[in-house]
Amino acid sequence: MVCLHFNKMFMEKNKNTILTHADARMKEITVMGVTYLTTFTKKYLNRKKWEKPDFKKVISFIPGTIREIYVKPGDQVLMNDKLVIMEAMKMLNTIIAPITGKIKSVAVNTGDKLPKGALIVEFE
Amino acid sequence: MGGGEKAIEKQMAMGKMTARDRINALLDSSSFQEYDMFVQHEARDFDMAKKVLHGDGVVVGTGTISGQPVCIFAQDFTVAGGSLGLMHSRKIVKIMDHALKMKVPLIGINDSGGARIQEGVNSLAGYGEIFFRNTISSGVIPQISVILGPCAGGAVYSPALTDFVFVVDNISKMFITGPEVIKTVLGEEISMEDLGGAKVHSEITGNAHFYAKTESECFEQIKKLLSLIPANNNHKACKTSTKPPKQEFPLNDIVPDDPALPYDVRDVVRALVDNSDFFEIQENFAANMVIGFGKMNGETCGFVCNQPMVLAGVLDVDSSDKAARFIRYCDAFNIPIITLVDLPGYLPGIDQEHAGVIRHGAKILYAYSEATVPKITVILRKAYGGGYIAMGSRHLRADFVFAWPNAEIAVMGPEGAANIIFRKEITEAENPEEMRKLKVEEYKEKFANPYVAASRGYIDSVIIPEETRDILLHALEVSCGKEMNLPRKKHGVPPF
Repeated sequence: MVCLHFNKMFMEKNKNTILTHADARMKEITVMGVTYLTTFTKKYLNRKKWEKPDFKKVISFIPGTIREIYVKPGDQVLMNDKLVIMEAMKMLNTIIAPITGKIKSVAVNTGDKLPKGALIVEFE
Repeated sequence: MGGGEKAIEKQMAMGKMTARDRINALLDSSSFQEYDMFVQHEARDFDMAKKVLHGDGVVVGTGTISGQPVCIFAQDFTVAGGSLGLMHSRKIVKIMDHALKMKVPLIGINDSGGARIQEGVNSLAGYGEIFFRNTISSGVIPQISVILGPCAGGAVYSPALTDFVFVVDNISKMFITGPEVIKTVLGEEISMEDLGGAKVHSEITGNAHFYAKTESECFEQIKKLLSLIPANNNHKACKTSTKPPKQEFPLNDIVPDDPALPYDVRDVVRALVDNSDFFEIQENFAANMVIGFGKMNGETCGFVCNQPMVLAGVLDVDSSDKAARFIRYCDAFNIPIITLVDLPGYLPGIDQEHAGVIRHGAKILYAYSEATVPKITVILRKAYGGGYIAMGSRHLRADFVFAWPNAEIAVMGPEGAANIIFRKEITEAENPEEMRKLKVEEYKEKFANPYVAASRGYIDSVIIPEETRDILLHALEVSCGKEMNLPRKKHGVPPF
């Protein structure tokens, strides 16, 4: 084919490869079955690893302060029952049970300041 | 002038210039005409009646930069911390209205502690009036924000609504909630610099477009930008005299043959533009996509390029966002778009999927499809899958699509494709690995070239790299009268 011949002519002319595996900055990334040599950005390296959500753990969805606790370890609660009141962004938020089950542990005390993502209550 | 000697000394000690010095440094010498110097606030609560605030903490006026008229305001941190009260905002609003009416660029220098709390809702009203004008002026006149001090809380939304945000190391600070609030609410300690400093906004958030080490470097960047963009959406950017690209960027030698090997796509741009002068935007944010301006025979063009050197040049949330907004900017201001394609597809990952790469990726398709300026695409090496469609393809109405002889246009890379198409042959072979290699070669031979796409007319021409500049210049020349009408509508609903 004429066009493929045209291609070969061009390829012979091009001998340049600047960045190789020898360069310490170079990393590998695989996209759709092909592995490419490239550099990573800081943001890519610092990306958060995903974790499978665990419905047995009640986690604070916002930073705040625990104002009331309605349950203790060993309590049997129904889905949507009140667990704690957490004050956040000037609002008293009621944290409810995501499942029906027995409380294994309560990780907080009244007055505790929690960051986002902290464990509040764990189910058995 | 300003907030008195002491306050000015303090400003200097922070390494900052005063509002008037900044204006004088940026504008052509003695071109600045100030207005509303005698404006006074009318606040009466909290003993404010006794306080005289010179110019109410902001300097506004008109002037020229390289002979081109601009409207400008600069918040004066030495007067009540540059806090925004009603009259302060009215001064800004007045100059914004002028800029829109006269159709000249607006430059805002932000250096303010935020809302003037003593003035209550009046200061919030002031912000609202500014945001409204930023929005209606968008796409009509260029709006430039220069962050030369704190810019916190609601105040950040004015820069966010403008076209280009300039930041300076150690001086610029932008955030919605500051370190103190974060400490009280979250118990997390972070410095202003780490939370919303110049580096953060130019590398991580993408809120800033230009990063400078010093204020004077920042002003040079602004002047350079203004020399590349038109004064308003009815104009074209000024034509300049042309110099050919420099010899040190030989087009034939920049791109390696092996599609898995990286290179710096900016060298390709430099090999194409006048005097090899490429003005990059958001250099350190989503560096897997390169955007910026360069002149082609004196005419400003916007370049959108995949960067194989960073993350293999993939499309992801940030790079889609970055490119889409730039494409819309070029379209609004009559700047032709040149797209250089070399990408493996979209970045795989749970974080990407959950961050909404679907809707962010869609922005690029939307922006290209909607743009009516001349659109010229060159496929340098590989264009796989959805990435091929997104990067200024014929199907999104590129006016001209060219490919270099090494280009591979396919649904995916040869390895992946051969594994799927010849799965049966490979698994049933006596030596599957041998067979796989054979089939990959077979696929490469048949499909990993630009001629399949060219045979359908999706690519207009296969060109040799050395001719690229001449071919682009010709394509730009023949598209200068381009007219393209979209269906009548109030506006579309882009995925943002």
